[in-house]
Amino acid sequence: MSIFVSAFYLFSLSAIAGGLMTVISRNPVHSVLWLILAFLSSAGLFVLLGAEFLAMLLIIVYVGAVAVLFLFVVMMLDVDFSTLKAEMASYLPLALLIGVVLIMQLSVAFGVWSYADTALSSREALTNSTDHNTHAIGMILYDKYFILFQLAGLILLVSMIGAIVLTLRHRKNVKRQDILSQIYRDPNKSLEVIDVKPGQGL
Amino acid sequence: MIGIEHYLTTASILFVIGIFGLFLNRKNVIILLMSIELMLLAVNINLVAFSSYLDDLVGQVFTIFILTVAAAEAAIGLAIIVSFFRNRGTIAVEDVNMMKG
Repeated sequence: MSIFVSAFYLFSLSAIAGGLMTVISRNPVHSVLWLILAFLSSAGLFVLLGAEFLAMLLIIVYVGAVAVLFLFVVMMLDVDFSTLKAEMASYLPLALLIGVVLIMQLSVAFGVWSYADTALSSREALTNSTDHNTHAIGMILYDKYFILFQLAGLILLVSMIGAIVLTLRHRKNVKRQDILSQIYRDPNKSLEVIDVKPGQGL
Repeated sequence: MIGIEHYLTTASILFVIGIFGLFLNRKNVIILLMSIELMLLAVNINLVAFSSYLDDLVGQVFTIFILTVAAAEAAIGLAIIVSFFRNRGTIAVEDVNMMKG
């Protein structure tokens, strides 16, 4: 077997194993780590497919941001996961049945099929094969798909605002500045001159 | 040697594992979110495989956007879980449809 074929089987099997162990694992921290393995293996699959920009993007965004966020939340919520996991066995037969049926339906990918006649002519973004992947994506992302790019930025902005609004809480006993009350303070009322007789206090 | 069917089969097995995880973890909502991320990953593999075998970059551009939306959705979903946990003290979401009081 050539190195390409064995690399494909390595990445593919470790992605599937990572995915399976994610949903089965007892400890949620282990689940997140298996999910990271699945992401890294599919980044390897992307490199084999020639999409190295997307592979690095997967590692930076999915592993570096999303999986780490999952890990933060899993460690922050001090939940008794053992009682939650005990209920898993009762749902197993239904889940297995649905999974097997779906696999049988989707394995038509290995059957006899061919591309439609119009498939090759309806391609939208052909590339020169001499450019590398990042260059080719850059040529069309900021030019032809610019509006989608900006909308993706808007989606990220909205989700950032949403996450902050949902989780920010003000504590009552923390001293803060109230700028408006500082600005609107009446200078006539802020000072008081008291005549103190000598030898007597206030 | 490795045709597109191999990549499509890998993607479909990952997708079904994600659905399997959805059905299995009714009580643990963080694993639910992780199963959704697995399904999105499977779709990404599918798109990039087609993009590579048909020499069309649209698949990869769309994958970038799916990645963006998946990250945004994971952030919001986890924020919802955190505020849910702060109010309830547990993340067993099976009882969330019962009215309190």
